Order: sequence, then C-alpha cells, then structure tokens
Amino acid sequence: MSQKLEEENPAEETGEEKQDTQEKEGILPERAEEAKLKAKYPSLGQKPGGSDFLMKRLQKGQKYFDSGDYNMAKAKMKNKQLPSAGPDKNLVTGDHIPTPQDLPQRKSSLVTSKLLGKVD
Amino acid sequence: MAGAGGGGCPAGNDFQWCFSQVKGAVDEDVAEADIISTVEFNYSGDLLATGDKGGRVVIFQREQENKIRPHSRGEYNVYSTFQSHEPEFDYLKSLEIEEKINKIRWLPQQNAAHFLLSTNDKTIKLWKISERDKRAEGYNLKDEDGRLRDPFRITALRVPILKPMDLMVEASPRRIFANAHTYHINSISVNSDHETYLSADDLRINLWHLEITDRSFNIVDIKPANMEELTEVITAAEFHPHQCNVLVYSSSKGTVRLCDMRSSALCDRHSKFFEEPEDPSSRSFFSEIISSISDVKFSHSGRYMMTRDYLSVKVWDLNMESRPVETHQVHEYLRSKLCSLYENDCIFDKFECCWNGSDSAVMTGSYNNFFRMFDRSTRRDVTLEASRESSKPRASLKPRKVCAGGKRKKDEISVDSLDFNKKILHTAWHPVDNVIAVAATNNLYIFQDKAN
Repeated sequence: MSQKLEEENPAEETGEEKQDTQEKEGILPERAEEAKLKAKYPSLGQKPGGSDFLMKRLQKGQKYFDSGDYNMAKAKMKNKQLPSAGPDKNLVTGDHIPTPQDLPQRKSSLVTSKLLGKVD
Repeated sequence: MAGAGGGGCPAGNDFQWCFSQVKGAVDEDVAEADIISTVEFNYSGDLLATGDKGGRVVIFQREQENKIRPHSRGEYNVYSTFQSHEPEFDYLKSLEIEEKINKIRWLPQQNAAHFLLSTNDKTIKLWKISERDKRAEGYNLKDEDGRLRDPFRITALRVPILKPMDLMVEASPRRIFANAHTYHINSISVNSDHETYLSADDLRINLWHLEITDRSFNIVDIKPANMEELTEVITAAEFHPHQCNVLVYSSSKGTVRLCDMRSSALCDRHSKFFEEPEDPSSRSFFSEIISSISDVKFSHSGRYMMTRDYLSVKVWDLNMESRPVETHQVHEYLRSKLCSLYENDCIFDKFECCWNGSDSAVMTGSYNNFFRMFDRSTRRDVTLEASRESSKPRASLKPRKVCAGGKRKKDEISVDSLDFNKKILHTAWHPVDNVIAVAATNNLYIFQDKAN
C-alpha cells in the first residue's frame, strides 16, 4: 500500500486547516479501503445502505421457534436426540430446531451491579 | 479557569482534567450484563444515573462538600439501584427482547422525589426514586415487629410518633409505557412542557403523556408502503430544550429533520432539513455508512444542535440548513482502516456526544478508551484516556496522541495498536460544573476540572 506524506495524522494540523486537507486526503484512503474490501468479497453489492441491509437491522432479535415442528420432530425421533445446535446457538440452520435447552438462561434478577463496589 | 502553565501537561483547552473516581470491577473478564449502556446526569447534576446491558439502573449522588472530609470534593456515591427491565420473549413474533437499557432521561424535579424514564428496545418505564428517613412508631393495631395485636388487648389509643431512621432510598415503577413500538427504541426525550415525551424507534416516533400509558400518538412515520423501498432509518430524536413544539430526528443517511408539531398532527413533512452537501467525486462504498448519525443533541441554549457520525462531530446552527457551522474530526486516522472496521463491525458502533453546561465545549468517545473534547471558542481539542493506570486521586490526565503515519514519536500510540474493543460510546457532562462521566465498557470514570 503506498503511503503518501499526505496520509499522516491530520490531527497534528490546527483546527482551521483540518477541514480543507482532510477533504483532499479523504478520497485516497477511503477508495483504497473500498478496493481492499471488494477484493476480499467480490460479490459485495454496490449499495451498502440498501433495503436488505436495513431489513437485517430491523430484524435484530428474531428467533424462530415453531411448536408444531418441535413436537413433530420429538414424536418422530422418540429414541434419538434432536439435532442440537452447534457452537453458535444463535444460528438456526438446516434440521436444527431450537429447543428450550438452547434458549439462553434467564439471568437472575438478584445479581447486583458491580458499579456498587464492595458492600461493607 | 486558567490553564496550568508548566508541569508538562498542555491542556488542549482551558480545562485541566483530573481523575476523580472509577466504579466497577477490575477483572479482565467482562460479564455482558455489566456493560454500561447509558449515562445521564439529572438537571442539577447532583444525581448521575447509569443503565447496563443487564437491565439494571444505578444512581449515584454527589456528596455535599463538608469540613469533615474536605477532599471528598463532591464525590459520587451510590444512592439507589434497581432492576429496571427484564429479558422477555415475544412469542407472537418470535422475538427476543433484550433487557439492555438503551436510554435514561431524567424529569425535572418538582417535589422531593426524583423521576426518570428508562427504556429498553420495546418498553419505557417511569421510575420514582424517593427517600424515606422517618418511620412511624406506636401503631395501635400492630406491634413494633409488625404482628397484629390481639384486638381484645387494646385498651387505649395512642398517636403514632415519627422517629428518624437510616435513610432508605426506594425506587418504584410508576408507569409502564408498552406495546407502542414495532421496531427497536433508540431514543426518548422529555418535552420542555414537562408533561409529554417522545420515544423513537427505527421507523416511527411516538408522543406520550406522562400520565397516560394506554395511548400514544404517532407523530413521525417513515415506514415505506413497500419495505423493499426502505432506504433510511431513524437513528436518534430529541425535543428542543425550550420550544415545546419542535423536535429533531437524525437518519442513517446523515440527515437531520426538524419538525414543528404545530404544522400538522403527523410530522412526516419536515420544517427544516439539515444535510451537508457531499462531494460526489469522493463517494465510496463506505460513504453512507460513515455518514450515519448516531446521536443528535441540542445545545442548552437551543440555538445549535450537534450530530455525531462515525468520524466526526458537527455543530449546526438551527438557522442554517445547508451545512454545519463547525466540524470536529474525532479520529480521522480511521479513514484508512475502514475495510477492517467494516469486517469487525466496528464501523456500526454508535457513539454519543454531549455539550458542557455553557455550550462552549463538546465531548465524544473513541476507541482504546480514548475520548475527545473540543473547545468551540479556542478551536483547540484534546484526546484523553480513561484507564486504571492514570487513576490516582486528583491526578491530571495526560493528553494522548495517535500516530497514523510512519514515524511514531515517543508517547504516541500507533493506529494499529489501538484496542477496538475498548470503546467509549457513552459520556455525560455535568449541567453546570466541569465534571464528566465516561463509561468505558463496564467501568464508570468520573473526572473533574482542577479548578473545581
């Protein structure tokens, strides 16, 4: 990666000059970073702010549990174990059906905050 | 507040910040629940509230300075703590609702009790914090230990007397404002009328009356008819500090809309639109992401507002929509690291910003437990660090410097050595004095100006 003198820490400049030079310097490092990203992920779309991206953001926290699927699977596999979650319990893929064991333990409300310090 | 002369600590502005206190555990292993998610002083600055990912609220109170402990210099000690929100599961939507406290906002004090609003992703609660320092003794129908007395043995009546007791601070939920948000609440803001407040999620803003929990009015709705056309979301919203009809909300596209509730019931059409024109030749894949505004705050005067995007803090004059009047670079050296910051998701970190009491300075956080302060009048800025190493009582904070280029001077830290897991997202400035609270993951630091 070519390092030009212009890319040195702009924070060393005074407040007034910052706004001018950073606009000129801003183009080069940002575009270089974009090229790096495209090289790593060639299938990355052009618009990062598109609706897919925002939709993912809006759906944070979605966990899918279908009690019908769960009971059918339990009935089918009376002797066998249900396919359990891999190391990442939040990822639901393939035959994995979230089970009550997979849900994160509900934390005890009695745990006090450590900001209180040591109680005498 | 004259700056210190020699001593080798050239403060970036006229402040000389010193360590005052640090709260929280020292161990390296940070429990998720202990991560502080919001910090807020009340209107007088005597109370400081924190919320964490575990749904707990801790309130600290400033000690009155007294002759017995002259060095306590207004220290903050625990006043009250309570579990504000619990984790929930919405079975209808298969949605896990975190108990993390997203925001706390205090109500102006109207009587002996203190009131605050705390919110998680879905539910806002009004909490009353009151003191009890007297208790009644000499009841007629029950004993001192509470057991009911045998009515046949009561032969005389007496008037219970009030006796002093050890101070007890009680917190009780007075109102629960639920089921009004489909998306995740990011902001709450109390109106200057002290009767209403707003809550904002990704696509909508609702107006509530503090007394009424079963009804709220929708005042902004940016949800498109077809979700495929979704291009931006609401990131923050706030009421004007003096004009009860004015509110602003920021977006993920770097714009701020000012709405006037007098113009119509639904404020989808803004009264003012603040956006800095972008140079089309400098546009990149990252442009929109780093322009997303993570926080918007009115100045105390109500004349200006400040926005925080990924790399800078901008101050806007409400009378000028075309561009900000000031732009302060927080960590411009990160512009050449955007690729890795996108890969590790740090580019989506939401930093907050705050004004000092006189609106002469602004502050915001950065990485490596650094935070930045900008003096608007002298145009000077300083980078300080919240760390246990510089936490001796009343020790001055040494300004930090990050080196982006090749040659690193002594005492400078290179961009590649920055710890991106140590982020300061939440900071607060006392409304009157030069006292600041800085949340560094699970620790709360309090710094004071030497002149205090």
